Amino acid sequence: MKNSKALCIAVASGKGGTGKTTVATSLALSLTPQENVLFLDCDVEAPNGHLFLRPRIEAEKKAVILIPRIDVEKCLTCGKCVEVCQFHALAEIGKSIMIFPQLCHGCGSCAWHCPSKAIKEIKNPIGVLEAGLALKGIRFAHGILTISEPMATPIIRQLKKWQKTETGSVIIQDAPPGASCSVVETLRGADFALLVSEPTPFGLHDLKQVLDILKEMNIPGGVIINRDGIGDFQVDQFLKQNHIPIMMRIPYSTEIASAVAAGKTLLDVSSNYGLEFKTLFSQIKKRVMENETC
Amino acid sequence: MLNQANPIKQLVILSGKGGTGKTSISAAIADLARDSKNKINTVLIDADVDAANLSLVLQPQQSETYEFWGGSVAEIEKSKCIGCDLCKLLCRYDAVFPYADGSNSYFIDPIACDGCAACVYSCASEAIRMVQQKEGNWFHSKTVYGDLFHAELFPGKENSGKLVTLIKQHARLWAQDTQASLIVVDGPPGIGCPVISACAGADLGLIVTEPSVAGIHDLQRILSLLQHFKIPVVVCINKSDIYPKGKEKIRQFSSDYKIDILGEIPYDKHIIQAMVQGRPVTREYPNAPSSKVIQEIWNKLVCRLTKC
Amino acid sequence: MILIISSQNADINSPVDPRFGRSQFFIKYDTNTNHWEAIKNSSVNQRGGAGIAAAQIAVNHKAEVVISGDFGPNAFNALKAAGITMMTFLQDTSTVQDTIDHYKQGKLNPFE
Repeated sequence: MKNSKALCIAVASGKGGTGKTTVATSLALSLTPQENVLFLDCDVEAPNGHLFLRPRIEAEKKAVILIPRIDVEKCLTCGKCVEVCQFHALAEIGKSIMIFPQLCHGCGSCAWHCPSKAIKEIKNPIGVLEAGLALKGIRFAHGILTISEPMATPIIRQLKKWQKTETGSVIIQDAPPGASCSVVETLRGADFALLVSEPTPFGLHDLKQVLDILKEMNIPGGVIINRDGIGDFQVDQFLKQNHIPIMMRIPYSTEIASAVAAGKTLLDVSSNYGLEFKTLFSQIKKRVMENETC
Repeated sequence: MLNQANPIKQLVILSGKGGTGKTSISAAIADLARDSKNKINTVLIDADVDAANLSLVLQPQQSETYEFWGGSVAEIEKSKCIGCDLCKLLCRYDAVFPYADGSNSYFIDPIACDGCAACVYSCASEAIRMVQQKEGNWFHSKTVYGDLFHAELFPGKENSGKLVTLIKQHARLWAQDTQASLIVVDGPPGIGCPVISACAGADLGLIVTEPSVAGIHDLQRILSLLQHFKIPVVVCINKSDIYPKGKEKIRQFSSDYKIDILGEIPYDKHIIQAMVQGRPVTREYPNAPSSKVIQEIWNKLVCRLTKC
Repeated sequence: MILIISSQNADINSPVDPRFGRSQFFIKYDTNTNHWEAIKNSSVNQRGGAGIAAAQIAVNHKAEVVISGDFGPNAFNALKAAGITMMTFLQDTSTVQDTIDHYKQGKLNPFE
């Protein structure tokens, strides 16, 4: 809401397989058609949102990083590019400069600092972005990291900048699991983080990691407990002690497990979830507004 | 049988999709390796450094802690900054911001900074320097199942792949020194940087999949990655009974690609109960349906590892 | 002939380091003069690309042969491009001096 005039909700979890995508897709479907929803699947290593929202892909774009190419005519092999590169993506070997594209972060420092202007930057594809209309008119986009490419964050960054966001629309960003840089990239700029956890020791441990990120990034958040009833009560206790709101509980049931396995959302299991997610959304809106005024 | 005359074998456990049961199965394998008739001297690695859970099940008795110093981020010395704007112009990570106090100087958001140092080399007033970051800790722990190498990357940090490489190197040296014959790597989800580091040097990959549309989709991606690195691969299906159609698909897919399915583990509450107890399922509930299948999977893994 | 050997400490009698990129030190040894010096591997604690940084050290010191336990793909490509021969330690190697002796006796195998 701050700058983009759209409300951006990121869905994260820490631990994998707690139901991020189930929650994110169910939320998106509950909000349409009343809200204009843009769904961004930011789990570019293992994107699954499309399996539930079934977009018809209409637009495609390469996700690239800019890597150096050296004009040997102009290159003085002075070694400046090797000196400035923090990632050792360049090496001075004899009378030439070798480039290691997979280590390059695309920062452009080598090209900028080359005294003889011998470095041109070329596009090195590391994945693709795809977009199209999905179920119930949801605008959908995801990024797909090419197999054997290591860096996910540049794709997430490009995905977030790709689609135009309209005033008053709602952006739902499905984050990757874990708590490293790609989760940070997904959360950056979000107005609210919805954290999906499960009541197990693993769920709690990894939830704490993401809560630390939220604190550092100053993003308000709330928790959904999925598979409520399995495991223990430690997540509940922890959240209570730390005054973190539990915004929804989804019970464990074999019915839900098999529906999700078959590519269905919670709305397919019970229409009650439509209302629950709408209520959740108004709570989120309220929290975001409170956060902005204080 | 695995023995000391053979070089150390490395088994990596992966899934693509998160939450399919990698860690619970890794812990059970650690337990079974130790309990085998011919006890296998095993070194364990938790390579999921930003959501590290293996130690919650293996319950180390003691740990040595080491600091992990990762990359550096740029820092501007406010008094030297003349507000020329060049660093902001050059930064491709939107990490440079003006101070709101009207001082015509800039600061760098350490979370957004990628550490490329383009600003450092371009700053005419030499106001920017790189400051190395402590990005986590790593541990060498003793458990009843063997030595465990694990780590905690501080939340939100980069370089998870590098941390994985670091603990794997220490684990390998330890394995050599102690004449261990097997290294078990509990891998992270996804297919990116830390997964690639977790796979490096593996003799065999065990993919833990689940019969869901998402599980199958990500199975194909992790499989392509392992094939790219020419790592032999076997599969096991966890929660095999939640979606019969999905199970059929995995069977079909595996037979098309000539990949062995070593076992089908039914959905079993004992796995979570054991996790809550902080014990491997095979140890806490040896007669549970899941434990029996994991035992079969382990027997087949031993055969595969001695061949490969 | 200039050799570079990965070493755990800054001494010719210290144990070899099986890692090339993340080796703590390199011992540079000149077979013509029997002179040696220790080079600290400044990139040992840096981000990715330690193998390339280590290869760059070898190139800058005009090494003709590099001896270590293993070479990663990046270091391999860089050293190969520089025309530097890569060799690996024998099983029973303990110190840098041992491996220099093995080299002189022609016992080492090239790494390919």
